[in-house]
Amino acid sequence: MHSILFIVFLPLVAAAIAGLGNRSLGVVPAKVITTGALFVSCLLSWPIFIGYLSGSAEATVTPVLHFITSGTFDVSWALRVDALTAVMLVVITSVSALVHLYSWGYMAEDPDQPRFFAYLCLFTFAMLMLVTADNLIQMFFGWEGVGLASYLLIGFWFRKPSANAAAIKAFVVNRVGDLGFMLGIFGTYLVFNTVSIPAILAAAPSMAGSTIGFLWFRADTMTVLCLLLFVGAMGKSAQLGLHTWLPDAMEGPTPVSALIHAATMVTAGVFMVCRLSPMFETSPTALGFVTFIGAATCLFAATIGTTQTDIKRVIAYSTCSQLGYMFFAAGVGAYGAAMFHLFTHAFFKALLFLGAGSVIHAMHHEQDMRYYGGLRKEIPVTFWAMLLGTLAITGVGIYGIGGFAGYHSKDAIIEVSWAAGSPVASMVGVFAALLTSFYSWRLMFLTFWGKPRWAASKHIQHAIHDAHGHGHDHAGDQAHAADHEVHEHGKQAEHHHGDVAHEDAGHTPRVETRGFNEIPVGTGGYHPHESPLPMLIPLIVLSIGAVAAGFTFHGWFIEPDAGERFWKGAIAFNEHLMHSMHEVPLLVKLSATIVMLTGLLIAWASYIRSPSTPAKAADTFQPIYRFLLNKWYIDELYNFLFVRPAFAIGRLLWHKGDEGTIDRFGPNGSAWLVQVGSRVAGRVQTGYVYTYAFVMLIGLTAAVTWAIAG
Amino acid sequence: MNGFPILSVMLAVPAIAAVACLFLSAQTARTTALAATLVNLALGVVLWLNFDVGGAQWQFVENAPLFGRFGWALGIDGYALLLIALSVFLMPICIGASWHAIEKRVPEYMSAFLFTEVLMIGTFAAQDIFLFYIFFEAGLIPMFLIIGIWGGANRIYASYKFFLYTLLGSLLMFIAMLYMSITANTTSIPVLMAYDFPAHVQTWLWLAFFASFAVKMPMWPVHTWLPDAHVQAPTAGSVILAGVLLKLGGYGFLRFSLPMFPEASAQLTPLIFGLSAVAVIYTSLVALVQADMKKLIAYSSVAHMAIVTIGLFAFNAQGIEGAMMVMLGHGLVSGALFLCVGVIYDRLHTREIARYGGLAINMPRYAIFFLLFTMASIGLPGTSNFVGEILSLMGAYQVSTWTALLCTTGIILGAAYMLYLYRRVVFGEIKSDEVRAMSDLSGRELWLLAPIAAVVLWMGVYPESFLAPMRKDTQVLLARINRAQPAGDSKPTRGTGIIPSAHAEPAHDNPASGEAH
Repeated sequence: MHSILFIVFLPLVAAAIAGLGNRSLGVVPAKVITTGALFVSCLLSWPIFIGYLSGSAEATVTPVLHFITSGTFDVSWALRVDALTAVMLVVITSVSALVHLYSWGYMAEDPDQPRFFAYLCLFTFAMLMLVTADNLIQMFFGWEGVGLASYLLIGFWFRKPSANAAAIKAFVVNRVGDLGFMLGIFGTYLVFNTVSIPAILAAAPSMAGSTIGFLWFRADTMTVLCLLLFVGAMGKSAQLGLHTWLPDAMEGPTPVSALIHAATMVTAGVFMVCRLSPMFETSPTALGFVTFIGAATCLFAATIGTTQTDIKRVIAYSTCSQLGYMFFAAGVGAYGAAMFHLFTHAFFKALLFLGAGSVIHAMHHEQDMRYYGGLRKEIPVTFWAMLLGTLAITGVGIYGIGGFAGYHSKDAIIEVSWAAGSPVASMVGVFAALLTSFYSWRLMFLTFWGKPRWAASKHIQHAIHDAHGHGHDHAGDQAHAADHEVHEHGKQAEHHHGDVAHEDAGHTPRVETRGFNEIPVGTGGYHPHESPLPMLIPLIVLSIGAVAAGFTFHGWFIEPDAGERFWKGAIAFNEHLMHSMHEVPLLVKLSATIVMLTGLLIAWASYIRSPSTPAKAADTFQPIYRFLLNKWYIDELYNFLFVRPAFAIGRLLWHKGDEGTIDRFGPNGSAWLVQVGSRVAGRVQTGYVYTYAFVMLIGLTAAVTWAIAG
Repeated sequence: MNGFPILSVMLAVPAIAAVACLFLSAQTARTTALAATLVNLALGVVLWLNFDVGGAQWQFVENAPLFGRFGWALGIDGYALLLIALSVFLMPICIGASWHAIEKRVPEYMSAFLFTEVLMIGTFAAQDIFLFYIFFEAGLIPMFLIIGIWGGANRIYASYKFFLYTLLGSLLMFIAMLYMSITANTTSIPVLMAYDFPAHVQTWLWLAFFASFAVKMPMWPVHTWLPDAHVQAPTAGSVILAGVLLKLGGYGFLRFSLPMFPEASAQLTPLIFGLSAVAVIYTSLVALVQADMKKLIAYSSVAHMAIVTIGLFAFNAQGIEGAMMVMLGHGLVSGALFLCVGVIYDRLHTREIARYGGLAINMPRYAIFFLLFTMASIGLPGTSNFVGEILSLMGAYQVSTWTALLCTTGIILGAAYMLYLYRRVVFGEIKSDEVRAMSDLSGRELWLLAPIAAVVLWMGVYPESFLAPMRKDTQVLLARINRAQPAGDSKPTRGTGIIPSAHAEPAHDNPASGEAH
């Protein structure tokens, strides 16, 4: 099983070649090497996954290198492959390979392509290290590695202040989660005297019922450890409270959003909880918290998703919400269902993002859906792909027969949480499914149906009135992005040398709140083009996943017997719970489908049948609408609570603490000392140094004499 | 080494070159200094290769009685080996960094640097307490000169502050040393390391040493000399100050305070933890608002050094070895960061962050190196600082969860101020023509940064090379101080194996135990 070495390290080698070679290597070689490496990794990953599907594969650990030994603390670099890893391997390498290919088209005009592809490859390597980790330290290595890659890719267009602010925000907010993760690792080592994952999981059940001191209180040991680790998961997976970085991360190029901020990195938290599931199983309190956070995020993010107008932000909040589903599935003990939703979500969400990228590409970088409309016939392949993605995410299917990917995975979560005795979580899931259906169809209707509203878009006008006359073909995203900046961030730009607080406030929604129906209809003479083939192929491949991933794989992931054989103890697979999932009331089983149809109907009624409805509703429920549009004002709250005080306290400590107190009463203390100091210093530049040396030597001589005499 | 006095040779080479430099022309002095430091680097490699890892505690021992009990006693253990290696590694880089930047009184400058090298190696190799004292205190004299003569506009104030702080600390330490040598009737450091002073005496002695080491470290609140010293020092001065001189305090705690006064160390651990936790948060917040690049990195050094002190006083292997790793890692990374500042200072002659921006556009190679060192400073896994930080914090957690929590916030604040710095300097649009005119790294600058980058990654990926030499010393030290080890505040009780009453979990009739196998 040494193919795993190639799977993991080929992307690293490719990243190093493309990154260090950079422009001297040339764009095409850089793209060929990185994309080639990923396709090889992908081809090597599928046989491993198939091995687990057939039940023939056993878990393996491939040692790589010694890492840290200190006292009894001992960790090595090693690559662990089991069923859980195998699932992640195919998700990561497949989506990554497709995103690499897609980027050939999407990034074609960017002068910095080698750097972009190197970052993508570096990300893939770090993510693979994360999922193959055999100990918590290596997992943390991958965890931080993907954080670095995410930071670099969000800030890829580094001339844009908003992209830089978003990149820093992503890194720093993730670090808040990492604080919990690190303390969790410390506590785990303290309790188990090891950070090896199999050893911890084996010892965890016997530690149930123990108590531990933490800060000022004593509490159940496993609860403390699990909650600390879960804080890390919340940061990486953008759960309620630590979610604020994810929507801003949309500043990065769209392929990045698809790979990192939808399909792979943000699911690392779910992966972590599943990987450590036997540990979480020992603490019902921690699981309860996971369920609560998951359900709350699921609902919260979906509510915001219904009001956003930026196509990428809608999908970002949708991602946040879907991650919530995965967490509450894990929280009720259905880790198989959580991983199943992770798996299907990776395909349909990557599809939606790449589809959105294709739309944005066609619409000359306009991201506001209010300026779309009627694109169905202009970009048919993109339309069909996104339609399939929407059918998958909203969970279209027929009871007893089957359906698109989300139908199998999301409905399983709703049912299993009911079966596990968490009807509240289940009902929250159902309500969130209603919202999901609404915002997903809203996106589709605004983008592809209705009349074109392109003429009013500044981006489109820009394209049409481009002095160089090459309409669609603009000179590089950097230049364009910078140009874009002038329109959108004029107010912020003047501050951007001053206080970071202004920029870390997050991407404030556009000031104008016109409804889409108030925007004048017209194409402005613009003709959107369908994307080139490298962008369409990934869309087509992912469409297949969005259609088929659900009914093809649900047996192995969530069905009691097949699941037990597939997972082979890689997660705490609860066969009994998965059985009882099928015994929930029929109404529960149908509820997801019912609300899916309801959401579709509401969206259709509001955006197709009577387009004035949304504006009226927004007027009628003005406070709620504002609250949602401004994302519950959480960015503003954090800014007020953390960012501004940090700067203010820093300034205070510097001027009043260091300068005003320590220096004043210390070195500058008495006037006498200052006088002596400046007199000596003034006379001979460095005179007192000699005095010092002299005093020291005299003292030393005296001392040595004394010591010898004594 | 068959009796070859390699440590004395390593002291002699730069000492002779330092004297010689004074009589040479500027260009010859540069070449001589570079040659001498490279020879010492080669000797350092020989030293390391011949060091018997896991062998005798003290190796390469030399002992020549001078008069009375006072002798030329040298010898190193693993800790000293690593710090000597750090010193000889950074020295040629410092000379290279001063190649064009220093124009006035070049022979004297080179001489001062070479003397610094002698005194640093001497400090780490000394086995006699007074020999140590001479090297330790005299080591600061060339630094005073470097800041005072070749420093920036406000150099007098900076070196004056540096001087005042240091003087106070060293006087107290000196008195303590005197007392110790008389009471124990020896000046040998290895003997003193096994000598048991009465507990109440230990406290006073500990505090006297603390006065000196806390300033050198520097610990909050006696850190205010550092930002000024860094800001005024020439680039290479900052590199050696951050790279090696700041390690003297940590080395002192490790060599004197812990093994000689174990009871006092345990008793005063809360003081160390308290000051360190304050330092991490306080100086990180101050770093966040700095407008001067060097000041920002200087404040970040104080925060990093606080991680060293909590590790040292954690009384366990992870803490102590982690503290050493942070010292080594910080020596490389902050040295490299000062070099990075020096590179652009040489071009634009300002350290003001706001004057820069958009360097990624015209200095892409520089941007890569600066990014690597920024990430290393943040403690990203795969770089040197991560290994040290995680071990050190892990060690501290076993003693005090509060300390670990407060100090781990440094990873958040550290990311904030370093990325904010990087973003203002490297990202964004180029704002002025003078910045646009800046050229990317020259060959010389590449040669200064690339070796550090390589070692930073090496330490991050395979730290065993650096952990192995000190493993034995840590065991010896722990065996010595174990009797005073403070109890942690975690105290986990034995598990019952019974999962606490589940709420709303009826489906779990067979808890996870079955799945774990």
